[in-house]
Amino acid sequence: MLAQQLLNGLVVGSTYALFALGFTLMFGVLGVINLVYGFYLSLGAFIALFATQAGLSIWLALPAAALTTGVIAVVLDGLLLTPLRKAKAPELSSLMVTLGGTLFLYSLANLLFSTDIRRFPVGVVDATAYDIAGMRVSMTQLLIMGAVVVMVSALLFVMRGTRLGLGLRAMAERPDTAELMGVDSASLVRLVSLICGTLAGACGVLIGLNYNAIQPYMGEVMMLKGFAVIILGGLGDIRGALIGGLLIGMLETLTAGYIASTWKDAVGFVVLVLTLWIRPSGLFGRLAAKRA
Amino acid sequence: MPEFVLPEVIDDFLFTYQNLVYSLGIHGLLALSMYVVLAVGQLSLGQAAFMGLGAYASALLTLKLGWSLPAALAGAMLIPAAAALIIGSPTLRLSGVYLALATIGLGEVQRLAFVNSDFTGGALGLSGIPTKAGLVSIYGSLLVALVLLVLVARSKIGRAMEAMREDELAAGALGINLPAYKLGALVASAMLAGLAGGLNAHVSSFISPNDYGFDAAVTILSFALLGGLGSPFAPILGAVILTLLPEVLRSLANYRGLVSGSIIVIAVMFMPRGLLIWRMGRIGVSSRRPS
Repeated sequence: MLAQQLLNGLVVGSTYALFALGFTLMFGVLGVINLVYGFYLSLGAFIALFATQAGLSIWLALPAAALTTGVIAVVLDGLLLTPLRKAKAPELSSLMVTLGGTLFLYSLANLLFSTDIRRFPVGVVDATAYDIAGMRVSMTQLLIMGAVVVMVSALLFVMRGTRLGLGLRAMAERPDTAELMGVDSASLVRLVSLICGTLAGACGVLIGLNYNAIQPYMGEVMMLKGFAVIILGGLGDIRGALIGGLLIGMLETLTAGYIASTWKDAVGFVVLVLTLWIRPSGLFGRLAAKRA
Repeated sequence: MPEFVLPEVIDDFLFTYQNLVYSLGIHGLLALSMYVVLAVGQLSLGQAAFMGLGAYASALLTLKLGWSLPAALAGAMLIPAAAALIIGSPTLRLSGVYLALATIGLGEVQRLAFVNSDFTGGALGLSGIPTKAGLVSIYGSLLVALVLLVLVARSKIGRAMEAMREDELAAGALGINLPAYKLGALVASAMLAGLAGGLNAHVSSFISPNDYGFDAAVTILSFALLGGLGSPFAPILGAVILTLLPEVLRSLANYRGLVSGSIIVIAVMFMPRGLLIWRMGRIGVSSRRPS
């Protein structure tokens, strides 16, 4: 029973980790809290839904939806944030712009798609479940964990093992100096938006598969968990986002299993407030840089 | 509250547009509550949550304990103030994004708590709240809040707040106690929002846990951003415009989210000073100064 709970928590947690990874990367490199990020998740889920309804297999629909979301993220970032970046506007202006953009986009999605819950076509993922050491593992859960492992390893390789990653880390550290060293910041900004949009879009598809429920506001629910994860892990810290995501996913599943399922959505907020009181820099954050 | 006898024309007008007149005043109070936080350069997205706390607190105090309106409204101010202290004291020492993130979370967890508790009426909310508030209590509160904020804005405190908003580092170097001002502003703003919530509960007689979510928080922010932060009058102007707009253009009513969303984007990108750009002077200082 406990092992099964922990396994389910691991699956949920790995989607949180994936989601928070893009969110924290955006903050780390671009220095903005982009609230539209949650909408990318809904967008990815809807694109994959329409693609599978049109007869595409999930193996194609997942990467296609993720990449399309990534491209849309680049466009939205160019429209909303690039002008502010050029004007060197304060941190909170970009937060407010993305807040307005979020409300606009969700309202639009609500008008277009209504808030009805939609489901993937039957049999989009093989429904068989496997029995591993007494735990039931469904094909969907294996797909989710496999996809998360592939994407996280790819991202870590890019960040740690390539010149591109070196440029990104330099930009996160000191944007002005990085530019002087020949880092093309404008194209890296687009690249980060592409990566983050892709991660969020993929995460939307995976979460849609996990609960088999898709509706426009699914991204907003995830944003709250995303805040909790990145504050627990430390703003801008990749390792923190991974560990924080897994921890919160497992805590939620255990709360649902042993306390009451209605309270599982409160776990993130409780963790967030406790982190701020006890260790505001998060598990891995560097406090000095962020003190006001 | 004493009832004044109003001329018949005004009486008729009020009868027809009663709800609109009430919500203008309540939205004015909410706009002021947003202004207080933005005026020190912070962003709170918990104004709707504070309003909801105030509404539930005052409604429960009158329904379960039979308190009078002024006492219940005092409760509606104190309970959100306590929530603001809990959220604000750790976050306001950090950079501004922490407060924004924590207050978004507050709204959501509070909705969860109201929906899941029988004491607060669950998902159905609370009904049968005595409609004890009215024109006098709403506009009286608005007037008192406005006068207080104008006095603050014209004082030394107002200058400190403006300095913080323009350049926090410089303001801190000049000896302004940044965390104290920020926490004070957040608590004051939570009290104003709670008061607005309490008044709203006592004119509409019904409150539901879903009225104080993310959309409401963003709409309150759009009041202040449209009006501007030059003086306390500016956010009220924003609230009046954004409250009247859907009434005048009925076809807009379904597109509220689109309208408030675009207003925020446009306001931040193209008119960061808002519509009412006039700035208030300070008591005892001539108004001649470089703009």
